[in-house]
Amino acid sequence: MKALFLLCFCLTLFAQAAFSSIESHSFDSAEKEKIYLELVDELRCLVCQNQNLAASNSGLAKDLRRQAFQMVSAGQTKEQITQYMTERYGDFVLYEPPFKKVTLVLWIGPFVIFIIAAWALFSSIKNSQKLLNSKKSTEEDT
Amino acid sequence: MLKRFIPLLIFIGLVAFLAIGLSLDPKKVPSPLINKPAPALNLPQLFNESELVTNSDMLGEVWLLNVWASWCAACRAEHQVLNAFSNNHHVPLIGLNYKDSRANAKQWLSDLGNPYQKIAFDMDGIAGINWGVYGVPETFVIDQQGVIRYKQIGPLNDEILEKTIIPLINKLQKAAS
Repeated sequence: MKALFLLCFCLTLFAQAAFSSIESHSFDSAEKEKIYLELVDELRCLVCQNQNLAASNSGLAKDLRRQAFQMVSAGQTKEQITQYMTERYGDFVLYEPPFKKVTLVLWIGPFVIFIIAAWALFSSIKNSQKLLNSKKSTEEDT
Repeated sequence: MLKRFIPLLIFIGLVAFLAIGLSLDPKKVPSPLINKPAPALNLPQLFNESELVTNSDMLGEVWLLNVWASWCAACRAEHQVLNAFSNNHHVPLIGLNYKDSRANAKQWLSDLGNPYQKIAFDMDGIAGINWGVYGVPETFVIDQQGVIRYKQIGPLNDEILEKTIIPLINKLQKAAS
């Protein structure tokens, strides 16, 4: 039984590896390969919007992977390639949207909601304690 | 007294928030290229392979760029709209044949008619990337200075043409004269 589990576990590791490499590219340095892998992981495919470039099989994702590969091979930095993509496809192409005016609600919103919720929780606890105390004191009075 | 309405107010706020959010089409990604100079085309023509289609040919005119492909199902429905448009309006309509084969593209045009003045042939989608194309068909309106003024994602129809694109073309043409 244990061996079976181990086998299953190992198989899932292989599945992960196959998943993330659709084409095989050869890079002249490990650093370039790292940039490429980061890019295809962080850039979104616009056709199948909930997949990144690495996972998508669409024609556009293939083209964008090829473009990213060529730019990385030519020695461009990750920032340059990210800028190239956002100039053409907008911030939407990034899985992590940049912090700016239009995304303010997106970034700050959860914290604001958390603060409001914490305040509501504390005030309701306080109220119920007050209620409890006043009940107690009336009970003591009688 | 007011306190009793707070949950209701929060609920109304939430409903309004969701109503706006859910009525947006997530497939329509706003293009960062609007009001920016159009990217270079520099592609061979579909029919005249030795001749290029370039943006500089079009300077001084308001023109449309329509991205299409013979493998694109939505383009078929749009094609009739484009045929009617090019018959009724004297606005240059340039085609960008996106990731297609020349033979299929030519067959499509001989079957359905050719509304385009010129067609650029973008076999590997390089111009498509430069123009931020992600869902064929797409249509761009470019002004006399070569600046993109509008992008339609998805097929054109008579309503979009009459309510948005033709008024925009008229406005751009008037502004220049």
